[in-house]
Amino acid sequence: MQQLFLDPLRFEFMQRAMLAAMLVGIISGVMGTYVVTRGMAFFGDALAHSVLPGVAAVFITGNTAPGALLLGGLVAGVLSALGIGILSQGRRLGEDTAIGIVFAGMLALGIALISSTRSYAVDLAHILIGNIQAVQGEDIVLMLIAGGAVLLFVVALYKELLVISFDPTLAKNLHLPAEGLRLALLVALAVTVVIGVQVAGVALVSALLVTPAATARFFAKRLHVMMIVAAFLGALSGVGGMYLSWHLSIAPSAAIVLLATGLFILAFLFSPRGGFIPSLLGRNSDIV
Amino acid sequence: MTEQGKSCNWALEINDLTVAYNSKPALWDVDLRVPEGVLLAIVGPNGAGKSTLIKATLDLIPRAAGSIRIYGKPYRQARNLVGYVPQRGSVDWDFPTSVLDVTMMGLYGKIGWFKRPGKKERELAMSALEQVGIAHLAHRQISQLSGGQQQRTFLARALVQDAQVYFMDEPFAAVDAVTERAIVNILKELRERGKTVIVVHHDLQTVRDYFDWVALLNVEMVAVGTVYEAFTNDNLRKTYGGRIAGIGAASGAIDVTSTRDSAEYAEVGDAV
Ligand SMILES: Nc1ncnc2c1ncn2[C@@H]1O[C@H](COP(=O)(O)OP(=O)(O)OP(=O)(O)O)[C@@H](O)[C@H]1O
Ligand SMILES: [Mg+2]
Repeated sequence: MQQLFLDPLRFEFMQRAMLAAMLVGIISGVMGTYVVTRGMAFFGDALAHSVLPGVAAVFITGNTAPGALLLGGLVAGVLSALGIGILSQGRRLGEDTAIGIVFAGMLALGIALISSTRSYAVDLAHILIGNIQAVQGEDIVLMLIAGGAVLLFVVALYKELLVISFDPTLAKNLHLPAEGLRLALLVALAVTVVIGVQVAGVALVSALLVTPAATARFFAKRLHVMMIVAAFLGALSGVGGMYLSWHLSIAPSAAIVLLATGLFILAFLFSPRGGFIPSLLGRNSDIV
Repeated sequence: MTEQGKSCNWALEINDLTVAYNSKPALWDVDLRVPEGVLLAIVGPNGAGKSTLIKATLDLIPRAAGSIRIYGKPYRQARNLVGYVPQRGSVDWDFPTSVLDVTMMGLYGKIGWFKRPGKKERELAMSALEQVGIAHLAHRQISQLSGGQQQRTFLARALVQDAQVYFMDEPFAAVDAVTERAIVNILKELRERGKTVIVVHHDLQTVRDYFDWVALLNVEMVAVGTVYEAFTNDNLRKTYGGRIAGIGAASGAIDVTSTRDSAEYAEVGDAV
């Protein structure tokens, strides 16, 4: 039994991968709370795809400096987030339309860049499904810095972000710069997505945002509680998923997301509040 | 408290306000002067621009023309004096937050950046919740509130803002008689404390009982004044066109002078 847990930890790359999966799980869980409560799942997914040109540009220039991929993705992700934010400001375009345009354009640009290289297929696969075992110590340091900045942002501006998420009109009535805060939140989401891409890949990173937070919603009646629960579930899925992937020899990103999905299904079926089965039995507790 | 106030005594002064959505005017050259300490109802048919008037006044949507003054100051300098109760449907009531949290949001402007609401804020919020009669629900998640309780939560949030001028968009929409009474009492209490309350209102039957001023709006301002002066059938007809119903049957206590031709409407009113 003990062996089951210690076995993968013999390897340094696995230790690093687990640490990275845990960090990403925590930060994505916290930021995912905004994604779920503000109905931004599409935005999260789109952002993940729009980091592609940044990552691809680093790939084809052959820059192997640690953190280069992260920085490339960050530039593309933040630019996309700002682009979507500005396009959708003041109802000029619906937000989903703005997202659709930016996301498809950036994705196409990324594919164009990658397709100009010879190792096209391998690179694309790594970007799409993540390459967590390749995470270096420097990457972890960068994740800590970027993730720490995101968490600091959420903690420092917790009440302001709460108002703009729940009632943007009140935010304006209270003198809060609602548009500025919204853009800042989009940028923080972009940072989260970019550090998540290394772990889960472009294709699956939005699941890290959405699934643990959606699960947490079954258990939390206040936003900060939802954040803590989602962070815990994210970390659990990250670390647990790495073990699953090791013992079953499956792709780590898939294992992490499958575990998170499994937890969601359990909560969906059995949570005392809003759970499917308790509601069939007429036993949903009315929390006061 | 009557019409002859000097200009700086107006709690709210709107001049030549025009607002257009996609170049189609929703409000046209609207003037509105409201003295301190009155309850004013804004009435008018659906799409008359009532919500638009409030949103434009609060700088929530752009104005094509016009100026807004609160106690003689431009809105930007007087925001602290203004409280807003939006239409209930304007937020997501499934949001994971509690009644107390929502109430405390009214204080966020005063708490300042980065700081957390503390004991003092919680006490203020609790006493506002007591005022609106839902202190026992303080820790309940807002998704588990009835429509009337949601409306009371919004009202409590506005109360903690401790504004001078309140704007409320249809606070009586879809609430039961008990809640309606409770809300009316709060409005009257606000008035006693010298506050000015501007309410978008749909029920013409209760205008006389609840309000002392009325503004009749249909894209243009048809009439503004005390209920006695302005709430006449003539003005109602101008505001609602032929579609008016219900006013004649409002109550037995209708003032004869201002309902000279109420008989025409009584018929329709009785049918409602
Ligand atoms: N965001 C918007 N974009 C375009 N047109 C709008 C918008 N909001 C309102 N309108 C239009 O402006 C006009 C006034 O709308 P408003 O919401 O102010 O009416 P209202 O008097 O509050 O109506 P109701 O009694 O139905 O609440 C309507 O014709 C409406 O269709
Ligand atoms: Mg309206």
